[in-house]
Amino acid sequence: MVPLWWYIVLGVVLFVIGAAGVLLRRNILVVLMSLELLLNSVNINFIAFGHYYDDYRGQIFAIFVIAITAAEVAVALGILVALARNKATLKVDEVSMMKG
Amino acid sequence: MDQGFFLLFASASVVTALTLVLARNPVHSALALMACFLQISAIFVLLEAPLLAVIQIFVYVGAIMVLFLFVIMMIDVREAVLQRFLPGSNLPVLVLLIVLGAEMLVLVLRSGRFSAAEPVTTRTGGEVRQLSTTLFADYLLPFEVASIILLAALVGAIVLARKEPA
Repeated sequence: MVPLWWYIVLGVVLFVIGAAGVLLRRNILVVLMSLELLLNSVNINFIAFGHYYDDYRGQIFAIFVIAITAAEVAVALGILVALARNKATLKVDEVSMMKG
Repeated sequence: MDQGFFLLFASASVVTALTLVLARNPVHSALALMACFLQISAIFVLLEAPLLAVIQIFVYVGAIMVLFLFVIMMIDVREAVLQRFLPGSNLPVLVLLIVLGAEMLVLVLRSGRFSAAEPVTTRTGGEVRQLSTTLFADYLLPFEVASIILLAALVGAIVLARKEPA
């Protein structure tokens, strides 16, 4: 059998890669996709712990995370479409319309 | 056997995740993320969560990534391909990421809490049935709240993406 910490290490590696994408890339689309990767790496942890400690709450929490992710992506892409219509840029640094 | 499959899927998911972050073209990033989600759903199968694996493929690969590709198609990404990949002055970010990763790895590897080698198995088949019983009996209220959040996100996305009335 695969020991539990392998899954946790996989979650850590994917989380760090996703955080690098969020912090380093300047393209809004890639930042959003990296957020998806972050949430997915957390899901791996939930399901691994739920499997190893025989508890269904891990899977249930993962289902809720997936649902909230779907809502987040819908709203974020709506904002992105509105942004692309008003301001022809995809870089996060140049989106400073609400800065006082 | 299990370990071999785990290493295969884990290395493939890490490689595709790196491709996601490093690719210049957002379309390549989206395709790499799709491949990464497929690997992660295979890992869910290894964790004996087949329902979650199917939901992962349906929701992420089927819905979310298609939405991403649709938006990429709507938006002109040629400018994004040409822009400089990594802007300067990101040394603090790199240090932060290395510290974060090293901290988590040290905590995981040095703790005895994560060393469980064998899962505690008391279940004997019918996992999806038990899972749905737990979901719809004990977690009914969060389930309904999640559906209301999805409805609100639906309405919000339509309002946000709509053209302003002239």
